[in-house]
Amino acid sequence: MTGGEGLRLEALSLALRGEPLFAPVTLTVPPGRVAAIVGPSGCGKSSLLLALCGLLSGPFTVSGEAWIESIPLLQLPPERRKLGLIFQDPLLLPHLSVAENLAFGLSAAAGRRGKGERAAAIEEALAQIRLPGYGKRDPATLSGGQRARVALMRSLLAEPRALLLDEAFASLDAGLRQEMRSFVAAILRERGLPALLVTHDQADAEALAEQQVELAFVQQNT
Amino acid sequence: MGGAVGAVVVLLLGAPVLLGLVGVVLPAFGYLPALGGESLTLDPWRQLFAEPGLWTAALLGLSSGLLATLLSLCLVIALLAAGPLWLRRGLQALLAPLVAVPHIALAVGLTFLIMPSGWLVRFVSPWPSGWERPPDLAFPQDDLGLSLILGLVAKETPFLLLMALAALPRLDEEWRLAMARSLGYHPVTAWLKTVLPDLLRALRLPLAAVLSYGVANVEMAVILGPNTPPTLAILILDWFRDPDLAQRFLGSAAALLQLGIVLFALALTWGLALGLGRLARRLAADGRRGQGRLLLPAGLWLALPPLLALTLLALLVLFVWSFAARWRFPDLLPVWSLETWQRQGESVALLTGQSLALALCSTAIALLLAFALLESRRPARQRAAEPWLLPVLALPLLVPQIAFLFGAAVAALQSGIAAPWFFVLWGHLLFVLPYVYLTLAGPHRGLDRRYHQQAISLGKGPWRVFFTVTLPLLRAPLLTAAAVGLAVSFALYLPTVLLGGGRVVTLASEAVALSGGGDRRLLAVTALLQALVPLLAIALAIRLGRKRRFLP
Repeated sequence: MTGGEGLRLEALSLALRGEPLFAPVTLTVPPGRVAAIVGPSGCGKSSLLLALCGLLSGPFTVSGEAWIESIPLLQLPPERRKLGLIFQDPLLLPHLSVAENLAFGLSAAAGRRGKGERAAAIEEALAQIRLPGYGKRDPATLSGGQRARVALMRSLLAEPRALLLDEAFASLDAGLRQEMRSFVAAILRERGLPALLVTHDQADAEALAEQQVELAFVQQNT
Repeated sequence: MGGAVGAVVVLLLGAPVLLGLVGVVLPAFGYLPALGGESLTLDPWRQLFAEPGLWTAALLGLSSGLLATLLSLCLVIALLAAGPLWLRRGLQALLAPLVAVPHIALAVGLTFLIMPSGWLVRFVSPWPSGWERPPDLAFPQDDLGLSLILGLVAKETPFLLLMALAALPRLDEEWRLAMARSLGYHPVTAWLKTVLPDLLRALRLPLAAVLSYGVANVEMAVILGPNTPPTLAILILDWFRDPDLAQRFLGSAAALLQLGIVLFALALTWGLALGLGRLARRLAADGRRGQGRLLLPAGLWLALPPLLALTLLALLVLFVWSFAARWRFPDLLPVWSLETWQRQGESVALLTGQSLALALCSTAIALLLAFALLESRRPARQRAAEPWLLPVLALPLLVPQIAFLFGAAVAALQSGIAAPWFFVLWGHLLFVLPYVYLTLAGPHRGLDRRYHQQAISLGKGPWRVFFTVTLPLLRAPLLTAAAVGLAVSFALYLPTVLLGGGRVVTLASEAVALSGGGDRRLLAVTALLQALVPLLAIALAIRLGRKRRFLP
């Protein structure tokens, strides 16, 4: 079986030292759509996203399969999976300016090597996240919502095939959260990117996602 | 009250350092009434610049210090950026003991390893090297200072690595790496672009201390450094100790030159770091993901295990030599005997006692002062005192010892107080306090304030709170700080020799004296004890610090 369009998980599961964390997950996210994974804290939601990115190490094992645009993901090295991972903490690098943080994400593919080309791409990106002229600023001087938008744009500039949002709205207050949700939804539709949202907040899931998967702790049958 | 404690520290540490510097600056320009120099003149400088080999000596100190610091830093960066995680975890437990090994003991042990009749040559002789007698090599103490660089790198790399590992948890290393790798960055590139710039900033003070020590140290350069000429620091010490007191004008001028060279080295690296920082920002913004081309320089971490093994072997060879009766080349092991320990037991016991007394007293005073400083700044003016306190505390670590200790020694002599032991104690405190304070400051700042608020709201007075809440919470760092203080004191050489005027003898000063060609067995016993006591203290601190009444 192959994945077809979008992001597809097939019987994906995680085990910690051989003990499965949750029942296997199967789902398909078409381009431009969002699926939410909800569940209590500690059930392995965030680890699932890290596993998709290939960043889970230590005592975890991954079983099942995942495809993005029909490419099997789990065999690829992390840096070639092209999944944009957005954390609750925006993780803007403190030694770089806002523009340099965006440039850190901007891929160095053909047509994006020259200084002028890169600067133009950054300016355009800043305008898209409604921060024109903020390029030279220290990221520490931005508000929480502004930082979240920069982090999102940094991921988008790397030209991901899908977005993985790990409690991405949790650090924002209610008003900003609403604004950020619609911002993300618009961008995903516009670019035709599938997204997987991990959250413990039912409101996040309902506002963005058309399908929800609830991760449940596995019943120990011993 | 915070101001009062701070003032005491400044008077105790900062003022004597500056006084010591003045005591070098004036004679450097011919002014030292006690020796008949009553007018300002440039004669000492003319004499200095006419010294044969002066520039070679100056360049040797500068190059060995710079190269060793750079090499140690590169090793640390390579391990953190590209080394396997198991090695990093494995080293973590080994680092604190390695850092506690004094410079002198390490230098002596390394000499026993790398000299032509040393263990390393014996390992390959007579087969497969074919050497029936020690090869004719000018090593260690080679003219280029290579063995000195080796010693400095072996000594400073574990220190820098320990400092780096302590700083990393505050830098969100794991998350930054996850972020960068999800953006498509190769792991090594990801580390270099996201973590390194902030890590370098956190390592500024340790790096500056390592550099200053490397350029101007005496004890490692005496044992491992070249002889013809030696490094500048050694020339200075010789001039200061010359029976012809007129040489002191020359020594003072040279000490001032040494200070200038250290400042130059610091400025050079500072400029280099600034440039690198700018380059790092440009590189971070160029978007290149680096698919493995950096792997070659990053593979430098492979040099770390052999380097650390060399340090451990150096300790082992001290142990073997101390129990040797005769040790003919190329035998791998000596004819064993307890003779050295039995014959010299009493005298080395006295030396150990002297070292211990100084270490315990200076550490106790340092702990008292450190706690007084930390507690007096809580809670209101927590940040206010930091900006000036750190530079004062760091002063003795950044200004080369040889540049201010001599001036301080002259001042001590002229004070007419005949208490060499107390002057030496003060000299030790100068170096013990900064390390003790820095070891305690982080954990103290990290204390959860609510425990104190809770205790005060339960009606406990400030002293009760200190003894029943603060101290027990800080048990592990307190033990570590005490062990660190003891290790620092055990390693000190120049303060003991210069401030004690030859009347205070410790394991460190005796080991340096014996390294000039004394009995190798006795040298091994002395150096071994100098290393063993701090090692035991660190091991004990780790052991006791880990023991908890209730496991979480």
